[in-house]
Amino acid sequence: MKTFYTDKIAKSERITALVEDLYRKMPEIEADRAVLLTESYKETEGEPIITRRAKAFAHILENIPITIRDKELIVGSATKAPRGCQVFPEYSFEWLESEFETVATRIADPFYIADETKKTLHEVYKYWKGKTTSELATSYMTPEAYEAFQHNMYTPGNYFFNGVGHITVNYAKVLKDGYLGIIKEAKEARSKLDVGDADYNKRVHFLDAVILSCESVIKYAKRYSSLAASEAKNCSDMKRRAELEDISRICDYVPEHGATSFKEALQSFWFVQMLLQMESSGHSISPGRFDQYMYPYYKADLDSGKITRESAQELLDCIWVKLNDLNKCRDAVSAEGFAGYSLFQNLIVGGQDEEGIDATNDLSFMCITATEHVFLPQPSFSIRVWNGSPHSLLLRAAELTRTGIGFPAYYNDEVIIPQLLSRGLTIKEARNYNIIGCVEPQTSGKTDGWHDAAFFNMCRPLELVFSNGVDKGVQIGPRTGDVTKMTSFEEFYGAYKTQIEYFIKLLVNAINAIDVAHAERCPLPFESCMVDDCIAKGRSIQEGGAKYNFSGPQGFGVANMADSMWAVKTLVFDQHKYSLADFKEAMDNNYGEDMDAHFAEKLTKEAVKEVIAGGKTISESDVAKIFTEIRKNRCSDSDKAKYRKLREDIEALPKFGNDISEVDQFARDVTYCYTRPMETYRNPRGGMFQAGLYPVSANVLLGGQTGSTPDGRLSFTPVADGVSPAAGRDVKGPTAAANSVSCLDHFIASNGTLFNMKFHPTALAGQQGLENFVSLVRGYFDKKGSHMQFNVVSRETLRDAQKNPDKYRSLVVRVAGYSALFTTLSRALQDDIIKRTEQGGF
Amino acid sequence: MEEYLNTKGRIFDIQRFSVHDGPGIRTIVFLKGCYLRCRWCCNPESQQYDIQQMTMGGKTKTVGRDVTVAEVMEEVERDRVYYDRSGGGMTLSGGESLAQPEFAPALLRAAKESGINTAMESTGFARYEIIQRYLPYLDLYLMDIKHMNSEKHKAFTTQPNELILENAKKIARDAKKLIIRTPVIPTFNDSPEEIRDIARFAKSLGTVEEMHILPYHRLGSDKYQGLGREYSLSHIEPPSKEHMNRLLEIVKSEGLRGQIGG
Repeated sequence: MKTFYTDKIAKSERITALVEDLYRKMPEIEADRAVLLTESYKETEGEPIITRRAKAFAHILENIPITIRDKELIVGSATKAPRGCQVFPEYSFEWLESEFETVATRIADPFYIADETKKTLHEVYKYWKGKTTSELATSYMTPEAYEAFQHNMYTPGNYFFNGVGHITVNYAKVLKDGYLGIIKEAKEARSKLDVGDADYNKRVHFLDAVILSCESVIKYAKRYSSLAASEAKNCSDMKRRAELEDISRICDYVPEHGATSFKEALQSFWFVQMLLQMESSGHSISPGRFDQYMYPYYKADLDSGKITRESAQELLDCIWVKLNDLNKCRDAVSAEGFAGYSLFQNLIVGGQDEEGIDATNDLSFMCITATEHVFLPQPSFSIRVWNGSPHSLLLRAAELTRTGIGFPAYYNDEVIIPQLLSRGLTIKEARNYNIIGCVEPQTSGKTDGWHDAAFFNMCRPLELVFSNGVDKGVQIGPRTGDVTKMTSFEEFYGAYKTQIEYFIKLLVNAINAIDVAHAERCPLPFESCMVDDCIAKGRSIQEGGAKYNFSGPQGFGVANMADSMWAVKTLVFDQHKYSLADFKEAMDNNYGEDMDAHFAEKLTKEAVKEVIAGGKTISESDVAKIFTEIRKNRCSDSDKAKYRKLREDIEALPKFGNDISEVDQFARDVTYCYTRPMETYRNPRGGMFQAGLYPVSANVLLGGQTGSTPDGRLSFTPVADGVSPAAGRDVKGPTAAANSVSCLDHFIASNGTLFNMKFHPTALAGQQGLENFVSLVRGYFDKKGSHMQFNVVSRETLRDAQKNPDKYRSLVVRVAGYSALFTTLSRALQDDIIKRTEQGGF
Repeated sequence: MEEYLNTKGRIFDIQRFSVHDGPGIRTIVFLKGCYLRCRWCCNPESQQYDIQQMTMGGKTKTVGRDVTVAEVMEEVERDRVYYDRSGGGMTLSGGESLAQPEFAPALLRAAKESGINTAMESTGFARYEIIQRYLPYLDLYLMDIKHMNSEKHKAFTTQPNELILENAKKIARDAKKLIIRTPVIPTFNDSPEEIRDIARFAKSLGTVEEMHILPYHRLGSDKYQGLGREYSLSHIEPPSKEHMNRLLEIVKSEGLRGQIGG
């Protein structure tokens, strides 16, 4: 049997200092990239877009300010200030310009922006009007699709406003051959082209763009080499001087050449990781199977005595710190949906290798230790589990879970490998999968998965069943008939299917419009050079150059839908206790309850803003009055009593999440309403659509756009996240909840499913607690669940953190597919996390 | 279906993912009815065999329902995969399982025959012929010894301890595995001497290797109110961590593997 080095290596002082420096200030928006990009674009008008992209990338890398932060061993920063962010006007810019005055004070993910920067960006933006991907995407969407988007039937805002990202490139190739190797590959491909080929010109331009991009990256690294050398000269601390000299030597050599040591490999990796996020604003650029492609370098250095385990751990920790140095500013609404400054750089350890043999190694364990040492939201740390996973690895992972950081997320090889096979991958590729972003599986270096393509709230089409396709006075959906006249459950359910299928089709239209806009306006030669078969095909990823192409919009609200359908079926059609008219009336009146406080607060703020914009002043007490008025339910007492009675009867019904077979089977069926139609559609890159079932943190945000539902859920309150039971409705403990969730078809949701579970730390106390926890994960995976993640923190702690945020700055919680600092989340999201059932060991 | 699976009994709860009463992940079946009336009992609704009403948080609920062995097994079976992975199984608790001598052994038998590990928390207060019915189907007997002094035992539990101690010797001889458990109740049995006496007795049984000391807690006190009863220990504070650690050392010094909590 393989044995592993499992001793915990101590954290060095350097790491503590690096982390402190990182969080000293509020992150800042910097304008350098936007300025350089625009300069270049102005000079390349009329040239092929792929050439313009490469030239702009080169211009940026040649001129953007570079910096080496104090005590760093791995260098390369996208911004002057730690955790700063650059701006990407080629995707969209209007939102940022309109949020200049509020971006520093908003609740979710605020950024500081200097007046000077505002002025500069304002100038830059003049150029971009009419030239962005988002404007082009809008013009490509069919009017119905755009209108449904405006009515929040779905939210493709992520790629509508930003780059796509969501990729794992072939890091191993860069580590092995360097960019010289890739340039050679591109030149060879170029030399083999036949001028008589139909798309010869396109291919040549693409390959030239690849070559230019790779050359720019090499030069960029050499800028760091020079900077380190000059800083070394001025450094009086001899130890630091030696470090800087080493940095200088390494950056002169990689990523130009293949790495010859562990340290070079890490530095080379970091340039790739950081520059992918300089080329485009796409997030979820995921390092993937880091423990696999780094291991040969680690092993060789350890064996030759070049490194010790301690020095290797410190270097690894440095990478973890750097992953938190990157940042992204999103529009205010998206920031709520992706709250926590997260970049979703998913890094995964363990699992099988291509041959189906367990691939765990010492680095897998050291990556867990790095996550413990650095204790920050990046990387999104994941672990692959299968029947052959070493018990020691899972116990170590459970220890990390017990810290409450929300990592790792656990993924089931036994589900994901067959899932990918069913989507056409070879067995070797499927076994070599990793996770993108939150929960999305793919095979690295070959896939453009367009995961996270849009949010689709499964409750919204149900609302339209009750309104006969009308939303806010507009007929946006099909006329499925007057709901109060429906005479059978089948008719009601059929109407839901009609509504959801209609909006899925529009969603596909909207997503494909955005997809084409990216291909036409923002092809990415640098990213493409590290993904098969772009060089061979002579085509960028955005134009379908990858071997595998998917589009994966994620549905959520499964639990609300299942409980809603169950309530209608039972109370209306089985027991004849209520009519659909009773339901409609009660739902229209929010079941007789006042409006959700968070939502009323939001409306109040908007109302106040309007008053102030009108030049009037407003007193605190007036604000309070407005709030009370907005919230108040105006129904008569007798009506309220009637609605509340209905809601009580709904609440007494069995619910999804309690291991009740008939309800769970129903949830399975309802989920198919989303997953099955989805896989019938194709995208412009030649691939298929595949559904995911996970919400990021949008279940709170998008719940705020959703009226009451027949499961007794009140208007504008969060909907259930991922495939988890609705918050607070699973009352039979974690095994029952897991059994319910495993009842869904996880295979068809091949863009990933997300199951959140919250544990009190006592449930994992002692060795026995860890053992039982591992057994719970194994048990759920035996039942073919595909993903599981945990929040281990007490309710009291979270409540206290709300009251005393300063005391809990470092409190990390699992939000959805990622972890975030609790105190940076909005109050509504905080409340939602607190409310998720706390599963204790009884 | 075999006849014994239709045996009826009275339970008041089934709790899944229990991790403190026997090895691994377990499902606990709480039987209704007990011979003792321990003052600290955290499940006062378990004591009467009769079905009762209890008011908690403004809502009245019925405590107790009659079920067949097959019905209980249906629920127990649902977590089989977690028992398999963790070495867990089913635990009978209560109330006192010995008070339902038809139902409880049938339930244990059903679990054993379908390959599920079994445990039982029990006071051991019954005629030994009754207990003998349970042992063939029991992997682990978790037996309470609350005090070595019979008078004091009676004062706090309403029953003397002679029968319990006598049974303990026999169970130690006949059961597959026996663990002694002692709830540590301030003013009743929390002195080092009292715990030492129990530990010595446990050791003297010969086959016992393990003893758990369970710190008193008040989590059940609201239920007394909910049943319209008075909670007579409301003046008592739970023992401190330090004190529990001291008692644990005493248990260990008697040659037993000890642990705080289940």
